[in-house]
Amino acid sequence: MLLISCPWCGPRPENEFRYGGQAGLTRPAASADDATWSAYLYLRNNPKGRHQERWRHQPGCGRFFNCERDTVTDRISNTSKIGPR
Amino acid sequence: MGDSTRFSFLSLLRHGAGKVWDRQWRDAHPKASYGVVIVGAGGHGLATAYYLAREHGIRDIAVLDKGWLGGGNTGRNTTIIRSNYLQPESAALYEHALKLWESLSQTLNYNVMYSPRGVLMLAHTHHDVQVFKRHVHANRLQGIDNEWLTPAQAKAFCPPLDVSPDVRYPIQGAALQRRGGVARHDAVAWGYARAASALGVDIIQNCAVTGISRGADGAVTGVETTKGPIETGRVGVVTAGHTSVVMAMAGVRMPLESFPLQALVSEPVKPVLPCVVMSNTVHAYISQSDKGELVIGGGTDVYASYSQAGGLHVTRETLAAICELFPSFRRLKMLRNWGGIVDTTPDRSPIIGLTPVPGLFVNCGWGTGGFKATPGSGHIFAATIARGEPHPIAAPFSLDRFLSGRMINEEAAAAVAH
Ligand SMILES: Cc1cc2nc3c(=O)[nH]c(=O)nc-3n(C[C@H](O)[C@H](O)[C@H](O)COP(=O)(O)OP(=O)(O)OC[C@H]3O[C@@H](n4cnc5c(N)ncnc54)[C@H](O)[C@@H]3O)c2cc1C
Ligand SMILES: [Zn+2]
Repeated sequence: MLLISCPWCGPRPENEFRYGGQAGLTRPAASADDATWSAYLYLRNNPKGRHQERWRHQPGCGRFFNCERDTVTDRISNTSKIGPR
Repeated sequence: MGDSTRFSFLSLLRHGAGKVWDRQWRDAHPKASYGVVIVGAGGHGLATAYYLAREHGIRDIAVLDKGWLGGGNTGRNTTIIRSNYLQPESAALYEHALKLWESLSQTLNYNVMYSPRGVLMLAHTHHDVQVFKRHVHANRLQGIDNEWLTPAQAKAFCPPLDVSPDVRYPIQGAALQRRGGVARHDAVAWGYARAASALGVDIIQNCAVTGISRGADGAVTGVETTKGPIETGRVGVVTAGHTSVVMAMAGVRMPLESFPLQALVSEPVKPVLPCVVMSNTVHAYISQSDKGELVIGGGTDVYASYSQAGGLHVTRETLAAICELFPSFRRLKMLRNWGGIVDTTPDRSPIIGLTPVPGLFVNCGWGTGGFKATPGSGHIFAATIARGEPHPIAAPFSLDRFLSGRMINEEAAAAVAH
């Protein structure tokens, strides 16, 4: 079980969280073409190694946050609040 | 020579008298070039090579694997075989495979131990009942066997079931595919490897693909490997959980996420479970191997990972579900637990076919349930590579459905991983 540090609540066991998938996907404009929408909805980096992802502290503060995790070792190197990039 | 051993009652008798079996396939070293290179010596990759050689006369083939053949999900899965999927495209695909299973041991002259002992899917809620009945009706329209059983009929088919109404998740009925069952996973990899090797296919283990080379026109010209470069105009990527990684070598992003999926087996016991039992709602499935071990699985881990182990708490939940269904199994010791990395697609259906890169073909996205498709998948992927256009059964499963929006939604099928 991962130990995940919520940027608001601190370290908590993984089963307090919901995985939110790849971070940093930007919703295209409604007028964007099919290829852009398809990439946004379905294509994922799915890297073997460093992964930028989102988690949600569902039964805790309920907030989404960013996390950097290595998908081979599952080691979390950083969690941070979602803010303007 | 190992390649020419033909298994028969007589050959068994001879070996019973002490003769040692030969190796069943050649462990090859890469040549400078091949007509077709298959990346991934799992069941699907080996089957693809076999059908390319047998049905399409293409024998200049290398199958490369970064590890040993069958060491990926093929050798890690719980071997449930069935074809009662909901959508007509999927039913056609999995039924094509099921028909090939029925004669596979004879075709390969290798006992894959296909055992059609029946797959029983339990319904515990009103929603389950509706969903399974919908599957039963859809399957009957498609000409695929799938029948609805009352709790009493389910109990008659599978005596260890507790169908009393006062349990936490009472059984309200079940869907049964009698032709469904299990097979021996290693034997499937070995049988295809042996048969392909005998037709001249080079199987090269411990040879990881590290790059995909392309010419000025963008078309594939070869692969880079840990055993040196290999020239080829046609590459078939069949790397399951590692497909995003391999396709990235050709600059193609895939609609895939890779998750650990775990399974475990108990100590061996005398026959207690005559069929495969699955429960989406309680969220686990179970069968008994010929060795007597109970083979148990459930859902994937929740986050994408290549760790190939998975979290133990996920397995604990699966065990809790099994003990909820079969309280007597609480007394069994568990022997082993392991994980594999499965590649899931947004609609839970596989991707089979061409890619935006000329000469590059992909067969992936089987996620938690591709073992059952092994013969069919190899068969239609071979035709797709040989002809350079999708086999009719493969056509709906092409990569461009994520652009056109023609999804083949099988999320209900994957509710509990199988
Ligand atoms: C625990 C578990 C239970 C399952 N239960 C069932 C079930 O009951 N029924 C069912 O139908 N399905 C089940 N599945 C799914 C099933 O195992 C897979 O869908 C199927 O086996 C995939 O076969 P494959 O040949 O495509 O992949 P694999 O057998 O995984 O083969 C892919 C191969 O590619 C190789 N490879 C990867 N990267 C490279 C590279 N760069 N270079 C060279 N080689 C590479 C790997 O080493 C591997 O051997 C289960 C899976 C798991 C993990
Ligand atoms: Zn929190």
